[in-house]
Order: sequence, then C-alpha cells, then structure tokens
Amino acid sequence: MEKFDVIIIGAGPAGLTAAIYTSRAALSTLIIDEASAGGQVKTTHRVANYPGFVEPIAGHELAGNMRKQADKYGAEFKLAADINALHLTDREKWVELDDEDKYTAEFVIIATGSSPRLLNIPGEQEYKGIGVSYCATCDGEFYKDKDIFVVGGGNSAMEESLLLLQFVKSITVIHQFDELQAEKITADKVTTNPKVNILWSHEPRAFYKNGNRMVVEVENLKTNKRIRLERDGIFIFVGLVPNSTFLKNTPIQLTEHGYIVTNPQMETNIKGVYAAGDVLNKKHRQITTAVSEGTIAALEVIHSA
Amino acid sequence: MLKTNLEHIQTREQLKRLIENNEKAIVCCGRMGSMCTPVYDIFEVLQEKYPDIQIRDMDFDIPAAQMIKGLPECQKFWGLPFTIYYRNGKVVKATSSIQTAKQIKSVIKDVFA
Repeated sequence: MEKFDVIIIGAGPAGLTAAIYTSRAALSTLIIDEASAGGQVKTTHRVANYPGFVEPIAGHELAGNMRKQADKYGAEFKLAADINALHLTDREKWVELDDEDKYTAEFVIIATGSSPRLLNIPGEQEYKGIGVSYCATCDGEFYKDKDIFVVGGGNSAMEESLLLLQFVKSITVIHQFDELQAEKITADKVTTNPKVNILWSHEPRAFYKNGNRMVVEVENLKTNKRIRLERDGIFIFVGLVPNSTFLKNTPIQLTEHGYIVTNPQMETNIKGVYAAGDVLNKKHRQITTAVSEGTIAALEVIHSA
Repeated sequence: MLKTNLEHIQTREQLKRLIENNEKAIVCCGRMGSMCTPVYDIFEVLQEKYPDIQIRDMDFDIPAAQMIKGLPECQKFWGLPFTIYYRNGKVVKATSSIQTAKQIKSVIKDVFA
C-alpha cells in the first residue's frame, strides 16, 4: 500500500487547486480521477469570467494549465482510474483502484464534481450516439434538415437549442413544467422561432427506434396520458448531478440529492475528510468557487498535517 | 487539426499502414467538441497503460476520415466521436459518442484480450 500525506479524489479545478497548495506545502499528494484531469472546464468552449484573463481562454487550455501547475509542484496522478473500494473512517484512510493498487493517507479531499443528469429511462443508453445525444456542438450537424426533440427547459437546453436551430428543420421541446426555467432572453429567442414547438408538462418515459428514427413515449404530467411521438433524434439537457454515488456506503453526510455537506472549512462529518467544488451542497457552482473551496480544503489539511 | 497529445492520422495511407502493421490499434475520429475531447484525453492516459495498443486520433472533417465514416459499423452512428478498434487489420468494435474510461477499458479487455 503506497502512502501519501493527502489523497484528492477528482482532478477538476477544485482538486487541482487543492493539489497545487498541498504539493507546494511539501505534502505528498496523489490525485485520482476516473477520466483525465480538468473536470467540466476542459470541455467548456471558452471561459470569459475567470479572473486574470482579459480575453476568454479555451476551457481545455485553462484546465491543462491547472494540471501542469499541479505537476510542476510534484503532485502525482492516477487518471482513467476507477475506485473499487474506499475506507474513510480510520485515521489512515485508504482507496483501492480498479488496477487493485491501494493508496493510503491521513487526509482525503473529495472533489469529484458533477455530471450531466441522465433520464434513466429505457433506450437512453442503448441509443446514445445513434439517435440520442447530449451535445449540440458535436452532433448537431448530423441532424441537418431533420426533426428533433430537445428534452429540458433550463439554460443549457435553450442555449443548445439555439445552436441546433442552425441545422435542424424543427425542434419539439419536451419540458416537465408549464414555463421554461431558462433566462428570459435566451428562452424568448427559442420560443419565438417558427421551427420550435413545445410540449409543456410532459416527461419522456422511454425511447424506441423505428428504422432510423427515434420514438419517444411521453407522459402528460397532468393527465397521466401517454403518447408516442417520432422524430429523427433526441437531445437531452436536463441539468447536472453530483458525482457521489461511490460514497453511498460510507458514513459521509450527503443531502437527499447526493451533495456533500461540509462546514465552512470544507470538512465533512468525518475527521480528516474534506470536500470541495461542484460536489458540495452549495448555491453557486462556478470555476472560481471551486478553486476557492479547493484552496480552503488544502489549507485546512496543511494546518492539520 | 485536432489539438491533442495523441498522434494524428491525416492520410488514407497512414491509416492503412497503422491497421496493416499493428495487431492492435484504436482510432478515435472526431472534432474538438465536448463529447470528443474527454475521449482523446482518456486515450492519452491509456496509451501509457497499454503500450501494445497503437492509439491515434483523426479529424472527422479530413478526406481520409471517409475510411472511418464509410465503415458498415458506422452507418447508424449519429454521435461523435467514432472510435474504431482494429485487430489484425479487421474492425472488432466500433463505438459512437462519448465513452467513459471504464467503458473504454471494458472494450479493450473484451476485444484485445
């Protein structure tokens, strides 16, 4: 079992910031991530609100710089690694990865962020990439002059719909409420477009294939009546969920929605375990708030070590 | 040009040579959108874990990409990236859209065992 002073789970802005601080404080630091380093920042096209960058910086570049900075100060990385087992309650905590290597540390910082929410309905995973998509930039072109569904009514759904309108013949928005949650200015641009119609108070219940087309079974939330509608593709933008399912069998305190509860010093209910970033129970989720929380968690670890 | 740290396939000849001269090869064909870049990043990490597998990326919009787009396995693909797994010159697996590291490792275990 390899020993570190601190193990950081999650290599997004919160985790990378924490790693920069702990490494510079000469604490041996291991960062683990199930994907590559960078978190959601690395897939953000342009970041215009990160202080110090007068011109927007590509998300990929900002994330890459954070990674290089953590590297520079000696943080070690285990990427594309899944956690098999986790033990957090003793003084020496440990993590076992899918390659069966085990790592131990007195301090753990959880910074696993969040991921796009799935609908978790039949057909969603089976048809991913062959009729179901989560990215307008990537896949919009495949639906040129075609009819599609967009599931969702928040800012992401409306912004992505604006992009899709450049390609598609029509968009049918499926939304669970009677009004959109998106900012009015964006929502209005979508709803006033003649190519758009909205199915209010409906939710998808299943996806099917009919030849090359997608069939959505939708339920009217007011009448419970279900109908099937057919289009060429489905785009899903229904928000984010915290990446905390791996903590379900630990005593870490989570909210009902899976966010980690901490005190203002980022400490969880388990001594020596801290959390930072989008996985936290908090109101605002930005790169700057993640960086701030990563800093606080790291400073607490440094002072306790 | 894709901005990744993977080696890029840019011509039909390069793709043919890769497939013909290597027992195990993976080509991830896409653009620089949010479904593709995480997959390239994962492959950058995995190419160190699997030195016996030749991993490349390829720009979806170059003429040579027709060799991928034209594959029978890709005809119903409507999500980037298209990731093709070759063994001994033949396609053994093809996936569409974003894949997690777990999913990719599972495919590698399955087709390259």
